[in-house]
Amino acid sequence: MDFDLNESQSLLQDSIRKTLTAKYGFENRKAYMASETGWSREMWAQYAELGLLGLPFAEEDGGFGGGPEETMLVAEQMGRHITLEPWFSTVVLGGGFLRLGAETALRQEMVEGVASGATLLAFAQVERQSRYDLFDVQTTAKKDGSGWLITGRKGMVLHGDTADHFFVTARVCGGSRDKGGIGVFVVPAKVDGISVRGFRTVDGQRAAEVDFTDARATHVLGDAEGGLPLVDRVVDEAIAVLAAEAIGAMEVVHNMTLDYLKTRQQFGRAIGSFQALQHKAADMLVALEQSRSMAYFATMAAQGSEPNERRRNMHAVKAQIGRSQRFVGQQSIQLHGGIAMTMEYGAGHYFKRLTVNEALFGDTDFHLRSLADAGGLLQAA
Amino acid sequence: MELRFTDTELNFRQEVRDFLAAECPPATREHLVAGKSPTKQMVVEWQKKLNKRGWAAPEWPVEHGGPGWSPAQKYIFREELQMWPAPSPLGFNINMCGPVIIEFGTPEQKARFLPRMLNLDDWWCQGFSEPGAGSDLAGLKTKAVLENGEWVITGQKTWTTLAQHADWIFVLARTDFAAKKQEGISFFLVDMKSPGITVRPIITIEGGHEVNEVFLDDVRVPADQLVGEVNKGWDCAKYLLGNERFGQARVGASRERIRRLKMIAKETLDGGRPLIEDPEFRRQVTEMEIELKALEMTVMRVIANETKRAGTGKPDPTTSVLKIKGTEIQQGVSELLMKAAGPYAWVDGDPDAEGSNDWDVAPDWAFGLAGIYFNWRKQSIYGGSNEIQRNIMAKAFLGL
Repeated sequence: MDFDLNESQSLLQDSIRKTLTAKYGFENRKAYMASETGWSREMWAQYAELGLLGLPFAEEDGGFGGGPEETMLVAEQMGRHITLEPWFSTVVLGGGFLRLGAETALRQEMVEGVASGATLLAFAQVERQSRYDLFDVQTTAKKDGSGWLITGRKGMVLHGDTADHFFVTARVCGGSRDKGGIGVFVVPAKVDGISVRGFRTVDGQRAAEVDFTDARATHVLGDAEGGLPLVDRVVDEAIAVLAAEAIGAMEVVHNMTLDYLKTRQQFGRAIGSFQALQHKAADMLVALEQSRSMAYFATMAAQGSEPNERRRNMHAVKAQIGRSQRFVGQQSIQLHGGIAMTMEYGAGHYFKRLTVNEALFGDTDFHLRSLADAGGLLQAA
Repeated sequence: MELRFTDTELNFRQEVRDFLAAECPPATREHLVAGKSPTKQMVVEWQKKLNKRGWAAPEWPVEHGGPGWSPAQKYIFREELQMWPAPSPLGFNINMCGPVIIEFGTPEQKARFLPRMLNLDDWWCQGFSEPGAGSDLAGLKTKAVLENGEWVITGQKTWTTLAQHADWIFVLARTDFAAKKQEGISFFLVDMKSPGITVRPIITIEGGHEVNEVFLDDVRVPADQLVGEVNKGWDCAKYLLGNERFGQARVGASRERIRRLKMIAKETLDGGRPLIEDPEFRRQVTEMEIELKALEMTVMRVIANETKRAGTGKPDPTTSVLKIKGTEIQQGVSELLMKAAGPYAWVDGDPDAEGSNDWDVAPDWAFGLAGIYFNWRKQSIYGGSNEIQRNIMAKAFLGL
């Protein structure tokens, strides 16, 4: 067990930090959000140059062979700047399917494009009725010759409006909530039978509603009826990444709050001298430190090979960090007072990202209930 | 960064488990499982076994008898003992007074006191709090005056845990009455057999005798029993309290309690089905498990950090996080245990009694749960109340 960064990890952290500090200030971010894509192509090219987009892929596939610890470092920095680019959807989600589910040929076909920044990916999973259940799938996949035709509507597809390829969960057989019969299909955005409606999410990211009507998949990942374990695995890794992003965002908004407490004068002194506010700030620190611990645990636990144990651990991660990030976000607004209610101030933007991050792939209540129903973390004595 | 236990660390855990299986007396284990405090004899016997093995003081440097473990090993050891459960090394000796002597003491003090601390030949207790100095510890009034080369100490200490067992007491006393309050305090080592010391029990709300009042009436203390410099005792106190908070996380102990809670909630019927199947109850248990998992990692981070801070003489401010979260979880779990027992939690047993449940009016496991619930309310008060911890964090860490 070692929490210190090694030399190459430090270098990685420094290089992202420098780039984002220089190019991802409040005004930059606002401009990126207002651009046509809603994020910065220029930053995307920078990420590629820094090696971030190919980081988690094996060297033989055209990546840099980074492990989960390296991805955690990147995620934390992305969270610190609440970035808008499709890193999470392309590298973490799409990249997760490529690394964990794709055959060699497909990996070699796609990883190079991802690493260079040319190829954007998205995960089409949420449906109207599914809420947070990954197995609740009504979109269908129908065999057609040697290929598959996908039909159904997917919502909240992160960065679905710019994606080149979708990884789509679709049902080959069984009922809406059966855990069997689900496959993960690769569908290019350009094929016939796809319509995409993009929109902005409350935290400034892009997402899309995607309709598939007999859209032809180019690949199915592994067993077309047994894709759920792959989905679980990719999502579990993604939860660890969301955890690290949340830590980055929480830390920044906590520091922002502390700075404000030290400078804002009322009643003739800095408001940070009032004990009622000091204790709230201390409780934010407790929540942040506990979450940081949980993010480390997440990085470790997401690699677990026993699926039930891994799922239980990730439920715990999401529930603990979810509650903490809600608390830290809300308190950061409260301790600032009115100024943090304005669009022109940073805290609210962090609060909004923390709010969406909490609910991605299941909110606190969902994961708490799921863990409780699965028997918790510890065995009865 | 390498976020998993190595094979060496996993082998070490097995070594600790084997040691516990071979050496921890079953009667001691059963006593602790029943939720009782270990007797003096149990603690002494166990500490001597640990010392024989070289494991009496996990945190101490090797030259003073520490085992030279990595942070992960220290963590594993502490955890395994609490989970077994077996008594932990005696905190007053090993985590409080010992480290102060190692950090601030003379070579003579080290040679004289440390080996006897390790082997529990001397049981130490803590003379810090006073009736007028609780959270405001530096407001203490016990005074020490130098007379003919000896210190003469007079005053009253309170909340002195297990003073009834103690051979020695470490005492904070005022040695400069003109200085600012933190700057006129010294740290003394006092023999409990000294003339002028009186110990009076305080019985706490659950009925147990754990804490005492200790009166010092013109107690004469040789000059070589002052630790560090005169008037610099507050540095020792701060150092000690930092270490104390570190021990208050008690992750293994909470884990053992939660596992027992789940066992009880399986055996207890509620609305005709096992209590553990009630979604609301189950969710409350799960919330405790989740925070405990995070705390476990926080402890590991603090331990790792501790090694880096070694020699700076300053406690890590994040130890306050451990104190607050550790005690909130323990109190939360003790509350759930009492809830789980339902009406059978109401039997008023003697927490210091040897046997359990003599009247056979309730399931064995219900015995003492209320006592623990009531007794553990102390946790958010002692060692610097949780509100004081927030003050410390605001000041020392957040710069407010």
